[in-house]
Amino acid sequence: MRAINRKLFRDLWRMKGQALAILLVIASGVATAVMSISTNDSLRLTQAVFYRDYRFADVFVSMKRAPQSLAQQIEAIPGVLQAETRVVAAARLEVENYADPITGMIVSLPGNRPPLLNRLFLRSGRLPDPDRENETVVSETFALAHTLHAGDTLSAVINGRRRTLVISGIALSPEFIYPIAPGSLIPDFAGYGILWMARKPLGAAYGMEGAFNDVALSIAPGTNPRDVVDRLDELTRRYGGRGAYARADQISHRYLSEEFKQLEQMAFLFPAIFLGVAAFLLNVVVTRLIATQREQIAILKAFGYRNVDLAFHYLEFVLLIVAAGSLVGIGAGVWLGRNLSEMYLDFYKFPFLLYELTPEAVALAVGISAGSAIAGTLVSLIRAARLAPAEAMQPASPGRYHRGLLEVVAFAGRLGQPTRMIIRNLERRPVKALLTVIGASFAVAILVSGMFFTDAVGLMIDVQFKLANRYDLTVSFTEPTARRAAYSLSALDGVEHIEPFRSVPARFRAGHRTYMTSLDGHPPGARLRHLLDDRFERVTLPPEGVLLTDALADLLQIRPGELLTVEVLEGARPVRRVPVVGTIKEYVGVFGYMDLSALNRLMREGDLISGAWMTTNPSTRDGLFAKLRQMPRVAGATMQAKALANFQETMAQQMLTFAFFNTILAGVVAFGVVFNSARIALSERARELASLRVLGFTRGEVAYILIGEMALLTFAALPVGLLIGRGIAAFAIRNVQTDLFRVPLVIHPSTDAFAVGVVLVSALISVWLIKRDLDRLDLVEVLKTKE
Amino acid sequence: MGEVSVQALRGVDFELFRGELVVLLGPSGSGKSTLLNILGGLDRPTAGAVHFRGRNLSQAGDRELTEYRRNEVGFVFQFYNLIPSLTARENVAIVTEIAKNPMKPEEALAMVGLEDRLDHFPSQLSGGQQQRVAIARAIAKRPGVLLCDEPTGALDSATGVVVLEALERVNRELGTATAVITHNADIAAMADRVVHVSDGHIASVETNAVRKSPSEIHW
Repeated sequence: MRAINRKLFRDLWRMKGQALAILLVIASGVATAVMSISTNDSLRLTQAVFYRDYRFADVFVSMKRAPQSLAQQIEAIPGVLQAETRVVAAARLEVENYADPITGMIVSLPGNRPPLLNRLFLRSGRLPDPDRENETVVSETFALAHTLHAGDTLSAVINGRRRTLVISGIALSPEFIYPIAPGSLIPDFAGYGILWMARKPLGAAYGMEGAFNDVALSIAPGTNPRDVVDRLDELTRRYGGRGAYARADQISHRYLSEEFKQLEQMAFLFPAIFLGVAAFLLNVVVTRLIATQREQIAILKAFGYRNVDLAFHYLEFVLLIVAAGSLVGIGAGVWLGRNLSEMYLDFYKFPFLLYELTPEAVALAVGISAGSAIAGTLVSLIRAARLAPAEAMQPASPGRYHRGLLEVVAFAGRLGQPTRMIIRNLERRPVKALLTVIGASFAVAILVSGMFFTDAVGLMIDVQFKLANRYDLTVSFTEPTARRAAYSLSALDGVEHIEPFRSVPARFRAGHRTYMTSLDGHPPGARLRHLLDDRFERVTLPPEGVLLTDALADLLQIRPGELLTVEVLEGARPVRRVPVVGTIKEYVGVFGYMDLSALNRLMREGDLISGAWMTTNPSTRDGLFAKLRQMPRVAGATMQAKALANFQETMAQQMLTFAFFNTILAGVVAFGVVFNSARIALSERARELASLRVLGFTRGEVAYILIGEMALLTFAALPVGLLIGRGIAAFAIRNVQTDLFRVPLVIHPSTDAFAVGVVLVSALISVWLIKRDLDRLDLVEVLKTKE
Repeated sequence: MGEVSVQALRGVDFELFRGELVVLLGPSGSGKSTLLNILGGLDRPTAGAVHFRGRNLSQAGDRELTEYRRNEVGFVFQFYNLIPSLTARENVAIVTEIAKNPMKPEEALAMVGLEDRLDHFPSQLSGGQQQRVAIARAIAKRPGVLLCDEPTGALDSATGVVVLEALERVNRELGTATAVITHNADIAAMADRVVHVSDGHIASVETNAVRKSPSEIHW
């Protein structure tokens, strides 16, 4: 090995603590980049392969009932490749030993041939035999939630008639990767089941023989789905079409797309922070290294090393750290990426996971880390190369200090000399002090921005499930039903309070903007369902006009006082212009709300309701469920409590995992910044501090000067970090303000406290390490050498 | 490679009296710095005893040695070792703030002739001025013993003389026992006693009948 390379390795070894700290920061940057990019790539690849191999459709529409002959007209729409007509039946499901109500959706399979579109991935068993009337395939999430296996049975109430179904297989579908029930806010794996049956028996049971109520289409590449959607709406209107929509608006696909957007953001935001911090640390360390090696540089030059040799020598120092950090980072990133991808499978039900780490992802992560490291140290490298040998032989001139802040601050006279040293030192290098503060503040910011999500989701859930929805059970009817049905429900044992509601599918139109959702009618003064304003205060539903979710008003760009066109997609399909009378605050979904009677007047259908909300007595609930099962008009009942608990539990586990890694990553940053600053301060001031020890200062008094400076910088970083954290959080949620959900920017004091705590602890660890070095200062040695 | 132990001093028997100015003379590597470090409580002898006013320093722990340096010892170093971020006055104050019975920093600086340089930072002072600040810092605590390691080593002759004058004045006016290490034989003339150190032991001790004034010394 060449001597200069030996020097390189010995320098690295001597500075191993600092090199390791920087290596870890770089590794964190590369790891988060590799993790997010590979997770994003893998989920997208998995999605693409699943969609392709299982022929996920491009356009969807459901309707009340259409004759089979309509299929030819649909197939004839320009650009349509294949059309699969289906029967989709709402059902009530009953599983042995499970008392809570279960709603379900049963989708038909052609039976005599494999489906053209939306094919099933069979996890076990086989597709239903079309010649048997009672066979069904069950979605994996539902089967897992109830530990159902092929051969087991369950009951389904279809069109008011109970049937016993035998499970022939367990499957997954590209249509239901995010298995959320229509109108639900959270997935309910046990309370909502997706089943598939052969077309013939299902059609017979649901009164759809020779007819269908749902179509899935594939379209030719280059076809505008918008055109197909419009044509499909025209064709299905007279058959009670509920509004066609393209894949982009398909609910499961939408959720996945939103998730990918967030992942992409993560892939860029966090690595940028880590690599920025790493570049700063490398800058500080290399600048100091070159400063202490002035004479060595001069001697090497005197002996004929060229400028470029020396620049390259120190560049190698940087690149070795980057290379080692990248290696660790890639390893950790792959491991994290695999785990994160699998964590996504908690909510997104892919049948398989194709984990992929592309060379491009690795090249990008490593390239950016090397690039930022070089950018951070370039000036120092050039300075080292340019150092004139004769000048470099001279010791660097003593640090120049000036009177500054101390001389203008009133209480300065009372400060001791050690405190003056701290303040003058910071004043002398304000940029470095500032960068140190910013570097350490990013540790706080990483924690705040990484963990506020728990607070935000907590608020979303509290608002939706505590403030807005105050019922514990929703009962829905198979058809709009006379209001008096609610009275028969109220007579049931265990029902404490009941309120009826109406809900109709509708397309809202304002100018050229449209949105398809539901228009809900609430009784005046509803106690079980509150509409809230920005301050979460209750809004009274006016007797006329429509209230819109604020996000929907934004989406349609309509303001209170303006007229909204409502196209109802049910019954007589009235199209009416209704004044918007206000907006309400909701975090999940977007809807329109009217007074129940006003909605019924708009429908011109008489006093009808779609269902009812109830509060129930927990002790008699099972009996109530049993009674509801006997009522043919009851399409289903939904208990939010259990689903919410499950959702929160899964969420909490994930958040705990995130918090754990966040803590490690932030700790690495805080440690890297504080430890490196302190180590360099120690190297710069060893002589000064040793002199003070010689003059009779105790170890503690000397430590105060160095550690006091670090403490001051760290404490300054805390509020800055809390602010930056809020900035990052605000930036991060900017992309998740969608019609599906809006994530509010709320940060609990406990999140702030945790962030501050983690940073203080890692600063303490750095300080403890430095204190050990400080205690080992060789008093005699340091006095012999000149600066 | 393990630790190699080098015997820096052996069989040294040395006394320093109140008010006395002693020059320790010897070539580099002779052990005079080690002797000074032991006298100043920076180092402990592996064998033998060191006493200061009845206290056995060779048995003292780190805390006790710090206490000794804090209250009894004034150090002057070859490279001044001032704190660059503190002014002349503050460099002295940093010691007087922790001493038991110090003089005022201004007083100490006046003794070395720097009363008009109180608010200058080290980078604004010449080498000789910096060394005089160092002397002021050393004596401001009214130490029992003043130890100077090559105090003129980094200075030219004319500046060195000014520094020596300051040392001499402090010794005379405060009666501080002073030991000056040097390899510059010319400086020996200002001492009460001259101790020649070579090869780790005291080769000879001579007593000057008359102390020369630093202004009469040239090199």
